[in-house]
Amino acid sequence: MGIYYLSMQVLEGGFTLEEWLRFLEVNTPRILELTLDHAVLVTIAIVVALIIGVPMGIYLTTNEYLAGTILQAASITLTIPSIALFGLMIPIFSLINQGIGFLPAFVALVLYSQLPIIRNTYTAIKNVDPNMRDAAIGMGMKTHQRLLRVEIPNALPVIMAGIRTAVVLNIGIGVIAAYIGAGGLGVLITQGISRGDNYLIISGSLAVALLAIVADAILLLIQKRFTTKEIVN
Amino acid sequence: MIAFNHVTKSFSEDNIAVKDVNLTVEKGHIVVLLGPSGCGKTTLLRMVNRLESISNGEIMINNKNSMELDAIELRRNIGYVIQSNGLFPNMTIEDNVMIVPDLLGWSKQKKRERFTYLMKLIGLDAQDYRKRYPHELSGGQQQRIGVIRALAADPPVMLMDEPFGALDPIIREKIQDEFLQIQREVKKTILFVSHDIDEAIKMADKIVLMRDGEIMQYDTPSEMLAHPKNEYVSKFFGKDRALKSLSLHTVKNLQDIIGLAPIDATIRDTKTIHVHQDLRTTLSMLMNQEADQVVVTNDQDENIGSITIDHVQKYLHFEIKGELSVSQEG
Repeated sequence: MGIYYLSMQVLEGGFTLEEWLRFLEVNTPRILELTLDHAVLVTIAIVVALIIGVPMGIYLTTNEYLAGTILQAASITLTIPSIALFGLMIPIFSLINQGIGFLPAFVALVLYSQLPIIRNTYTAIKNVDPNMRDAAIGMGMKTHQRLLRVEIPNALPVIMAGIRTAVVLNIGIGVIAAYIGAGGLGVLITQGISRGDNYLIISGSLAVALLAIVADAILLLIQKRFTTKEIVN
Repeated sequence: MIAFNHVTKSFSEDNIAVKDVNLTVEKGHIVVLLGPSGCGKTTLLRMVNRLESISNGEIMINNKNSMELDAIELRRNIGYVIQSNGLFPNMTIEDNVMIVPDLLGWSKQKKRERFTYLMKLIGLDAQDYRKRYPHELSGGQQQRIGVIRALAADPPVMLMDEPFGALDPIIREKIQDEFLQIQREVKKTILFVSHDIDEAIKMADKIVLMRDGEIMQYDTPSEMLAHPKNEYVSKFFGKDRALKSLSLHTVKNLQDIIGLAPIDATIRDTKTIHVHQDLRTTLSMLMNQEADQVVVTNDQDENIGSITIDHVQKYLHFEIKGELSVSQEG
């Protein structure tokens, strides 16, 4: 939607580089502030999603029946358009007087992150070489020792890939959260659209893209730091 | 040391993997479970450390019923080696080897000493390999590490599930020799699964030949080759079982019974063979006609006589087939 308006208006020529630089000079503090808001919202949502999703994914490897159901449900969540999910959150959270703002946005983002996190954790643990698991059990490791020493370390690249997907996804979806008053970079874009201000739209969009790229890079670094070469290969 | 009493494993009513197995493995012996795939040998092995449950009967380890022991404790006291070495790629060689000592809470000092000792056993430099990861090692080295990992906490019993099956023949032979050397030092009670007849003959103090979950014969390799109990056993070892049994005997055995021929000093093209070399190697040397005369040397590198195909044939009749119709010669 943003891109559509953007292209229309850029075509009409309402944009010059000098103007934009002048705009940035004035608005940079505000953009940075909103970027921080955005990052905080996404980070908190991801942390909570991890606390729920990773143990859930691990647990599901021991319960095939439930695994099918939960993964299905998580898939369905992801097909709900974000604007519709945010809309759904408003009446639900109105019951506790939190209809708009941080809380509904946060809950929606947690829900959206579940699929990539649960599915990747589940798949990663499932795909750990059965010989390795066999050796671990045969040597007398208890279940938690096996998980912490063998299975999770060897599954880490795939789990991290899921987390990175979830983070990038959430940074994008977080833009829509501006519609329900959760702040963040979406504010720039929605304002830009309603005012027909190209500079707001472009600055907001670029900030979102940069935030996603930087976040992904940081997570990739963390992932590399904690995995040995052979597993990466 | 390990006793199987009427042990049965059934996965379902008509899928019975192991049928009423009775077997005693003596302390310090290597017993090889041999048979075609699907004969139940691996299942039988995995029942010992309770990776498979026992449907019926009992397994006694050191006179204790395995089911009455704590499974975790039991496994930590049994070394376990599998075919694809099962090393953990996220751990260094030292961490891999020291897993069980670590689980048992050994001190750092004790672990380090043990690691150095074990690496010495397989001829690798502890300092060099300590911090390396499994993928930096060759297949043969990884398998050696797999073996010493099972030895790490000095368990009295070891289970080995086709430990050398994935290695190429040259490396396999080398590691088998090395392992027998180690076994002479550590004297473990070992159950060893194999589908390779030559490996079984070479490694085993006793062989258990299995078919469809049942024991066909439990005997020493030479006894099994010389006196197969039934058709299946003799077929399994094949028509060349006499030839196979030659690898159990050395030139020394032959010399003791029928003696050697004198050395013909006029023949120039000679090859030498050591008196402790096995007869199968000797025979292939003779048959390949690598030389006109094969001279036997003793421990002091003195030539003590020569050997011919005739000698081996007579010995085969005399010792292995048990026919005493051979005339002795000096």
